[in-house]
Amino acid sequence: MSYVIGVDVGSTYTKALILSPEKEVVGHAMTPTGFKLDKASEKVFNKILKDAGLAKDEIGYAISTGYGRHMVPYRDITVTDLTATARGSNYFFPDTRTVLDIGGQTMKASRLDDKVKVKSFRLNDKCAAGTGAFLEKTARYMGYETEEIGPLVQTSKEDVPISGVCAVFAESEVINQLSLGSAPSDIMHGAMSSLVKRAIQLLKRVKMESQITLTGGIMRFKTMIDVLTENVEEKINVPKGDMVQFTTALGAATLALQRLEKIKAEA
Amino acid sequence: MALSAGVDVGSTQTKAVIINEGLEIVGRSLIDTGANVVQAAEKAYLNALNDSGRREEEVTYVIGTGYGRYKVTFGDTQVTEISCHGRGAVHMFPDTRTVLDMGGQDTKAIAVSETGEIVDFCMNDKCAAGTGRFLGAASMALDIPLDELGGTALKSEKPVKISTTCTVFAESEVLSWLGKGKKIEDILLGVHKSISSRSISLLRRVGLNQQITFTGGVAKNIGMVEVLNENIGKELNVSNESHFMGALGAALFAMDHIKTSRIPAGGQA
Repeated sequence: MSYVIGVDVGSTYTKALILSPEKEVVGHAMTPTGFKLDKASEKVFNKILKDAGLAKDEIGYAISTGYGRHMVPYRDITVTDLTATARGSNYFFPDTRTVLDIGGQTMKASRLDDKVKVKSFRLNDKCAAGTGAFLEKTARYMGYETEEIGPLVQTSKEDVPISGVCAVFAESEVINQLSLGSAPSDIMHGAMSSLVKRAIQLLKRVKMESQITLTGGIMRFKTMIDVLTENVEEKINVPKGDMVQFTTALGAATLALQRLEKIKAEA
Repeated sequence: MALSAGVDVGSTQTKAVIINEGLEIVGRSLIDTGANVVQAAEKAYLNALNDSGRREEEVTYVIGTGYGRYKVTFGDTQVTEISCHGRGAVHMFPDTRTVLDMGGQDTKAIAVSETGEIVDFCMNDKCAAGTGRFLGAASMALDIPLDELGGTALKSEKPVKISTTCTVFAESEVLSWLGKGKKIEDILLGVHKSISSRSISLLRRVGLNQQITFTGGVAKNIGMVEVLNENIGKELNVSNESHFMGALGAALFAMDHIKTSRIPAGGQA
């Protein structure tokens, strides 16, 4: 009963992570969210137990977060994803004062104080142009799958300007660029640059401070991080490897651990 | 008898209309714009000529309109589609004071004077929400042909509420409703209602108190017409030629030129 789990039900992927009582990551797993949110969170739960080699009753506390957090049947409590991402960022980089999280259907910027409290935040979940969906659509218009975005953009040699106001209007822009002979990799790079522009607008509105921690599935793309680093003065941190996608789940798990310790102390 | 022609090169489809001096439509054609815009314009024009059974020499003046109007390489001049839709709508329904033009990628609300001149207009220029594209996305997601969307939607008794604004997100919302077991007609009516409410907010900005004429490809959709009628609280004018209204307006401007040598006002932008 001493392990804890954090589950982050995002718009595109559901992520789960288990922490040991020593605050170490002992398992993590991910599954596409799909339309049955409860099913996705069950699936990820079974997957992660297997991954960690733990039995169900060894989990002492579960916190869910993300847009589908209320659909997780085995949760003890829920926390907002802003709080969870802040905690997760702090776990890796204690000097984090600003968090930029870009997922499949959202972009969030938040500023934290030295006690990891969210002081200010701005988000976009209304318009696909400022989210991962923009990159996905751009790729699709050129006949590439989502998984091909990373390798494709790595081969880019120059930036093709893509306006990035609307993910639907981008289609004609992409087609025009292709007919002008622009390389798909450069168009993809242009799409990332325009996503970064929107991210910087959001960061400015929360009055970003150093250090900035980047999280979310879109940060798997090194190009995103490179372009962001070029365009802001603040120091930028990125959680290592696939942890960039698990920062929010991790944050929920650290909160779960605190809860569990408190419950044990009271008992 | 001189003829004039209007070629409306839209984002999705290209329309051409040929009229005579009596301002009657003698030929029309509609084709997909596709990637080669210049070719689409030519083909639509030649098809319309064919349809009229008249010779090319008889056409004295040709005006291009629509987003691809500068690709009408054989045209004599260009006029914006806003002016053309206004002109076409007032020609068909003289009491029109507001035009709602819904095309494949944009929706425009246009206020016109009694002579068909543009008084005011607004459009969705930054975002595809509330345009024909939303219907296109729903058609793809639900695997129902575009021309059956409206009829299917009207079978619904319990429409779902589409909560997202963005067309891209709406597509996933449509799929998620389907995943939750909602009926296709209920989802579709929800989609139509959502587009209708976006267009009404555009219409409000230019005024919707007087007669409204609904033009553009989406005016062919009986579901859209019905939902708009219901939400606005009065019947919109819808012509059988709604699809051709921009091309007709261009042809009318071209006929003005033939008769008076006047270069159309409000155009050439």
